[in-house]
Amino acid sequence: MLTPVTDSDGAPFWRYAARGELRVQACGACGEPRFPPRPCCPHCRSFASEWRLMSGQGRIWSWVVPHPPLLPDYAALAPYNVILVELAEAPRIRLVGNLVSAPGAALDSFPPDRIRIGARVRAVFTGDGLVQWVLERP
Amino acid sequence: MPAGTGLKDATAIVGIGQTPFARHLPEDERTLACRAVIAALDDAGIAPGEVDALASYTMEETDEVELAKAVGFGDLTFFSKIGFGGGGSCATVAHLASAIACGQATVGVAWRSRKRGSGPRPWTNTAVQLPTPAQWTRPFGLLRPADEIAMLARRWLHEYGATRDHLFNVALACRNRANQNPAAVMYERPLTREMYMSSRWISEPLCLYDNCLETDGALACVVVSAERARDCRRRPVYVHSAAQGLPAQHHGMVNYWNDDPLTGPAWTAARHLWKHADFTPPDVDVAQIYDAFTPLVPLSLEGYGFCARGEGGAFTEGGALETGGRLPLNTGGGGLSEAYVHGFNLINEGVKQLRGTSTAQVPGAATCLVTAGEGVPTSALLLRN
Repeated sequence: MLTPVTDSDGAPFWRYAARGELRVQACGACGEPRFPPRPCCPHCRSFASEWRLMSGQGRIWSWVVPHPPLLPDYAALAPYNVILVELAEAPRIRLVGNLVSAPGAALDSFPPDRIRIGARVRAVFTGDGLVQWVLERP
Repeated sequence: MPAGTGLKDATAIVGIGQTPFARHLPEDERTLACRAVIAALDDAGIAPGEVDALASYTMEETDEVELAKAVGFGDLTFFSKIGFGGGGSCATVAHLASAIACGQATVGVAWRSRKRGSGPRPWTNTAVQLPTPAQWTRPFGLLRPADEIAMLARRWLHEYGATRDHLFNVALACRNRANQNPAAVMYERPLTREMYMSSRWISEPLCLYDNCLETDGALACVVVSAERARDCRRRPVYVHSAAQGLPAQHHGMVNYWNDDPLTGPAWTAARHLWKHADFTPPDVDVAQIYDAFTPLVPLSLEGYGFCARGEGGAFTEGGALETGGRLPLNTGGGGLSEAYVHGFNLINEGVKQLRGTSTAQVPGAATCLVTAGEGVPTSALLLRN
């Protein structure tokens, strides 16, 4: 499986995720959240930033089910789901992830025919620091 | 040229060239590029030594130096390579037109050579450092452009009640035109609704026929001033309006972090394109819309103003995209059924329509929209004869 190849702006996201925290970058001056992380605020041009703790709640904005041809590790799990989650506190921040049956479960653990746009989901974390999503009300 | 009047009809495409298209061609990309460029210059009746400007786009393996040496160009005073892959196709012509209109060059060649049919798929290259957005998508199995566009497509289908039949209408129009085009990879290979609906998934909700072909091939075109064009061998096809589009807060192929992901770069390019044109969308006789994936067509129809937002699916109904319909589409077969050469075949097909030489000629076609990849920073042209 591919692991995130982080850049200097994105690295804090993954460090927090490894601790089980979903945090997004926000401006240290005007407070606007932004994603993906970047050096300065597109609203006020401040270079000050903070990493704001999110509740981990969100809704499914869209989803897909990839089939082969895929990279070998992913082909072995296909068909699996990939979802796009808009965060409850910041709907314009959308995170790509996977809807799984339980924390740590495989990409193909949740049946795609039960996925709905708008469904409430909650962030969970794998041991190796990836964010996953489970249904808020399974 | 007074400021603000733009490029309107100041330049023209006077030559086009292409190699055969196939899943596998034996020659390498550089050789194919040379063949297409020489064919385009022959078509224009212009000697290679007169070329002083070049433009192509990123992911093109043949660089300017190699092409100039092999084909025997003169001194080059302008060369440009446009970013973001398939979004750059129309910008090649736009950059040459700008350079020629303001006197930086006199004869420009744009080209694209690709071995996507027999070469590796770009998304399988995981050895290099991926661009920034990849860390937010690829670990989760969103690996390919098809997956990224499928994500937008699912939301679009959901939000506007569009259906897979609307996407089929796009695939069918392209295939029907390819069936008329002996150069198309899908010549004499008809598509039916049953084939479409029962085909295998690539990334649900996109199936096999929602995806472009994997093709080897190369194309080129020649741009000169309108004045020079009058002395060329072929009827000039004027660059009436040209635009690039990179919306505020855009993020490459994955537009998900924009405020409104369903208004992609097409919307930005369209605003500039129409601002400098003497005509409006209902006046467009034929359209060549970038179709790496079928949903890009309805999203582009909305973005370029052929219908209101959310109506791109309904627009495809009733044969609107077929010959004789409201907006005949991709009359060579497009990326879905002629060849996927990063959209350059759409430029040359637009020229053929306005010359009156298309294999699926729209009678009396005088205006044509050509677009580059939607979803990535893009570009577009309005051509007229």
